[in-house]
Amino acid sequence: MKQRVLMKGNEAIAEAAIRAGCRFFFGYPITPQNELPEYMSRRLPEVGGTFVQAESEVSAINMVYGAAGAGARVMTSSSSPGISLKQEGISYMAGAQLPAVIVNIVRGGPGLGSIQPGQGDYFQSVKGGGHGDYRLVVLAPANLQEAVDLVTEAFDIADLYRNPVLILGDGLLGQMMEPVEFRQSTPRELPAKDWATTGLRNHNGHKNVINSLVLHAIDLEAHNIHLQEKYALIKVAEQKAELLHCDDAELVVVAYGSTARIVKTAIAQLRDQGHRVGLLRPISLWPFPEDAFAKVMPVAKNFLCVEMSAGQMVEDVKLVVNGARPVHFYGRMGGIVPTPNEIATQVLQIMGVK
Amino acid sequence: MVKVFDCPKSLTDMPTHYCPGCTHGIIHRLIAEVIDELGIADKTVGVAPVGCAVLAYNYFVCDMQEAAHGRAPAVATGIKRVVPDGVVFTYQGDGDLASIGCAEIVHAAARGELITTVFVNNGIYGMTGGQMAPTTLPGDKTSTSPYGRDTKKQGFPIRVSEMLATLDGPAYIARVSVHNVANIVKAKRAIKKAFEYQIAGKGFTLVEVLSTCPTNWGLTPKESLEKVQRDMMPYFPLGDYKDIEAGEKK
Amino acid sequence: MAKVTFNEERCKGCELCTLVCPVKIVIMHKKFNKRGFNPAGVSDMSKCIACAACARICPDVVISVEK
Repeated sequence: MKQRVLMKGNEAIAEAAIRAGCRFFFGYPITPQNELPEYMSRRLPEVGGTFVQAESEVSAINMVYGAAGAGARVMTSSSSPGISLKQEGISYMAGAQLPAVIVNIVRGGPGLGSIQPGQGDYFQSVKGGGHGDYRLVVLAPANLQEAVDLVTEAFDIADLYRNPVLILGDGLLGQMMEPVEFRQSTPRELPAKDWATTGLRNHNGHKNVINSLVLHAIDLEAHNIHLQEKYALIKVAEQKAELLHCDDAELVVVAYGSTARIVKTAIAQLRDQGHRVGLLRPISLWPFPEDAFAKVMPVAKNFLCVEMSAGQMVEDVKLVVNGARPVHFYGRMGGIVPTPNEIATQVLQIMGVK
Repeated sequence: MVKVFDCPKSLTDMPTHYCPGCTHGIIHRLIAEVIDELGIADKTVGVAPVGCAVLAYNYFVCDMQEAAHGRAPAVATGIKRVVPDGVVFTYQGDGDLASIGCAEIVHAAARGELITTVFVNNGIYGMTGGQMAPTTLPGDKTSTSPYGRDTKKQGFPIRVSEMLATLDGPAYIARVSVHNVANIVKAKRAIKKAFEYQIAGKGFTLVEVLSTCPTNWGLTPKESLEKVQRDMMPYFPLGDYKDIEAGEKK
Repeated sequence: MAKVTFNEERCKGCELCTLVCPVKIVIMHKKFNKRGFNPAGVSDMSKCIACAACARICPDVVISVEK
């Protein structure tokens, strides 16, 4: 029986995590994601879980580190400035190979910025906001059903690869309400967490150590090589993108998250006017969906990247397109959400349509 | 012949990297002795800090986690919440706990987290080469207070035990020392009580251990023990600062 | 009769044990261990009273005591 329920984004994400078996959440208040920890503080005790409001995002991510190191499914959420505070902890988790789900409900930046939606955290998310060579699997939902599905899958991906996974939402997604349905993710073969520090008695006397310190360069290089091999596997297996009207599209708009929804409206208008425009919507921002680009390259003559930022993903689009086609950019900052008409105007200009 | 004294089982046999005469080694052994006596090695998880004890995970036989600098109380919170029937301790230095990790220790204590913190106070940053710490004594020379700590410009040392004892979350807060055998025995008693209170679920527990740093104090191991008694103890008086069983002292 | 055993290779020559022996029999050897420290030891085992003071103050678990 399909059971759809109208929920606010922040709360839907929290419920999805609980249904994915998350029983530990460590968070801190920051707009526009407050409903997520609030929801967790109500719901987790109902399922025998634990909610802790930490003294700061720095502490919260380190509580996540400890809990993940003890083998739990654990989540934290925040918004841009708070996620910046968590970067050191995230780098430690990548180094110590700890699975966890981190949710960033992005807001306008830089600095204190604003509380409206934004996408200015792309670089931080996909290029690594912390120190060292590491990657996060970064998943960007464009609607609440997708957010729920991606959160559900994120816990499996995290456990499968022993790596944190970042859900990159924004203030729009966090605050809006949409009907969602909670469904199981396609089951994956997940490795046992025999590395968790639950006490010697729980793993027949074999000592477990959760650690990212590797003082000898030879050993640290070997460790990094292992991480890079893991990331290579992820790049092959976990790319996600949506292609819309791209079969005959001479201009492909590239946009993710909330922006992509607005682009869809613009494309519908343009298609009605007979313009061959399509959308390539990255869902996994890392691994960047290079395979999807390969599919559209034969037909596309132009790319237009649209973001709620000064232009960050556009650089990755250029990297993938690699000069084979012109890559244009249109963006709004400060929390201003572009309108379909603005985007349609850009498309027409690029296509030379008066 | 009967063994009267031997290496505790909860210590691995790896020789430590600590400098000759550094009392970290004594404190490690006391913790291991307590873990042995309470029979909890198989359910204990230790959290090592960043500092001289950054390699502590090599020295205890139990499961360990390495925390980012200052974050051990948060990491320990995460572990204990996941393994509530486990025993969780953090081992931290004064830079780790009283400087960068001050918020973490205060809030872990205020939350009454059922963890035990062994706080090693030697008034200096050892691993990084002798910089001034929050517990560096007024007038003491360090690599970042080369003219002696000037309280007008570099403030006053923080008395962590007294500070945390004002909170309601802790069940036991004590300051001890290991500068002579009598105090080593007392220190072990305090550490054991802290672990026992944790296991009994009484609240947050912390034992502050006055410790030495011969290398960065520029003193011999012997002189360093004398400095603890002569200089540190007047500023950091020993004693139980909170004990919910015995009522608060002072 | 008491007996103190020094695992000389673990000793770092810090001399703390020599400060606390109530019968003053803990001394530093002239020889070097593998790491170049003069290890501690006992001059006259017969005087040892197995109080383990030396073992308690040793930072490197060099000393074990039997009685």
